[in-house]
Amino acid sequence: MKKIKLNRDYLITYGMVILFYIIMTILKGTGNLTSLFSGLLVPICVYSILAVSLNLTVGILGELSLGHAGFMCVGAFSSAFFSMCMKDVITNSFVRFLIALLISAFVAAFFGIIIGIPVLRLRGDYLAIVTLAFGEIIKNIVNILYVGRDSDGMHISIKDSISLGLKDDGKVIINGAQGITGTPHDSNFTIGIILLLITLFVVLNFMHSRSGRAVMAIRDNRIAAESIGINISKYKLMAFSISAALAGIAGCLYAHNLSTLNALPKNFGYNMSIMILVYVVLGGIGNIRGSIIAATILTVLPELLRGFSDYRMLIYSVVLIALMLFNASPGAIEFKEKYSIKRLLSKKTKTKEVQ
Amino acid sequence: MALLDVNNLGISFGGLRAVDNFEVHIQKGELYGLIGPNGAGKTTVFNMLTGVYKPTDGIIKLDDKNITGMKTTQINQEGIARTFQNIRLFTKLSVLDNVKAGLHNDYAYSTIAGIFRLPKYYRTEKAMDEKAMELLSVFDLDKEAKLSAGNLPYGKQRKLEIARALATNPKLLLLDEPAAGMNPNETKELMDTIQLIRKKFDMTILLIEHDMKLVSGICERLTVLNFGQVLAQGKTADVLNDPEVIKAYLGE
Repeated sequence: MKKIKLNRDYLITYGMVILFYIIMTILKGTGNLTSLFSGLLVPICVYSILAVSLNLTVGILGELSLGHAGFMCVGAFSSAFFSMCMKDVITNSFVRFLIALLISAFVAAFFGIIIGIPVLRLRGDYLAIVTLAFGEIIKNIVNILYVGRDSDGMHISIKDSISLGLKDDGKVIINGAQGITGTPHDSNFTIGIILLLITLFVVLNFMHSRSGRAVMAIRDNRIAAESIGINISKYKLMAFSISAALAGIAGCLYAHNLSTLNALPKNFGYNMSIMILVYVVLGGIGNIRGSIIAATILTVLPELLRGFSDYRMLIYSVVLIALMLFNASPGAIEFKEKYSIKRLLSKKTKTKEVQ
Repeated sequence: MALLDVNNLGISFGGLRAVDNFEVHIQKGELYGLIGPNGAGKTTVFNMLTGVYKPTDGIIKLDDKNITGMKTTQINQEGIARTFQNIRLFTKLSVLDNVKAGLHNDYAYSTIAGIFRLPKYYRTEKAMDEKAMELLSVFDLDKEAKLSAGNLPYGKQRKLEIARALATNPKLLLLDEPAAGMNPNETKELMDTIQLIRKKFDMTILLIEHDMKLVSGICERLTVLNFGQVLAQGKTADVLNDPEVIKAYLGE
């Protein structure tokens, strides 16, 4: 019979991330990393955080969210907007980034709560439909939003940058479809890894606490959870807003890694939301470590396949299907159980005891 | 004064009167049976008592407090816990976590304390573990504590569901066909378990059952429901010999 995973199990997850960081830092230091690949390091962190946070909604809460890129978008723009405004006021980039992070988390969580309050009360696939719409709406609103600042204060328009009516000393911060240009480059790989570890810390500890147990009870059987006095709406909303806040943090990391931030279908659209869902499904629903591995592989893969030029996406999809088949095949499951890290570790300790 | 006072309870689904003029008065510490042919409305009564359905009319009083129309969650906090006809466990959680989920309201700490592992987290979790293991050992499930609940054999799943309901520290326990799908041996064992929890936890129990042997073996009083109406009520032996009841079960 299958035993429930022990808490010790997630030390392996932390270890894996730290090991990845050390190897990448060494490779970078010795110059063995191509510039293409080192440019992928922060995106790997961004997508891993997104995958882990979506796994909280899909795997732990058991609800389908198709607008995770929307929360990322909200977090990215709110934090980039803050950093642009405060560029000259707060010169310490670490402090500025820290405040930007908190803002992105709060704004994304706020949107999560606004969406969650009406929708999480419903049953079925309503959350998927509403979050899908939310992602698209946010992307389109950001694309027509013009915000500028001059000595009089903020000016907002949804027409164009001229109608902002800025004075001579004014500056356009969000320029519609061109987005935000000149965001300070405050994030790097180390910060990304730290944020990923924080995300893991929050999600894993949440899972193994009273609230996480309540959330998983709701996932397994809503009616039974209600019958033992668990407040369904409260815990669903809690898990969903934490998930949204973490996606906002990923957005902040993303925004501060690029000098130009604009909302395209490619980075904040429907495709991105589906991509994050693919990371979660491929890594295993409810499997946090799997999400990180899948996000890493699928972020690196398109770049590795660049040599195939036109056939790139074709090969990418074939690899994706092959990986899914492999993951679900009985042979692979048996192999994984036989050679899992946990099993190997416990074997070692056993042989030690014998000696 | 009775622990559970139900008067004039009724519910309609559209034009269908599923339960009409139902009443029951259960004393503290009593083991009460609710029987009736299929479709008589027994589970509907349970669903009204636990707030799953809102009764169209009537009053439900627990310990002299009106709980009619409250939400399921509130009613559980007031002191009614239940099991289900078709077992509803948290199948992917461990056996221990199922019971700990039942302790949710009595052993509380904030989400912040949970995420940041404050001392309160360790203190409360430890107390929860102890309490949960104590409950599991009553049901002889302590060895399976680490298994996932979905992997338990059928009889043990039934027991676990009762343990989870008891974990919420109820005044009244509702058991919906606890012996459904059990063989005679398992039923016998279940009878012993029900007697045991009644004594050990000083529990008041209301149970729905089809198994006449179980009902006549342990219930003190019965209510017979037929087509949503109370057919007979009273001491078990008297009710089971009532010609009306026999007619309802066996036909004329």
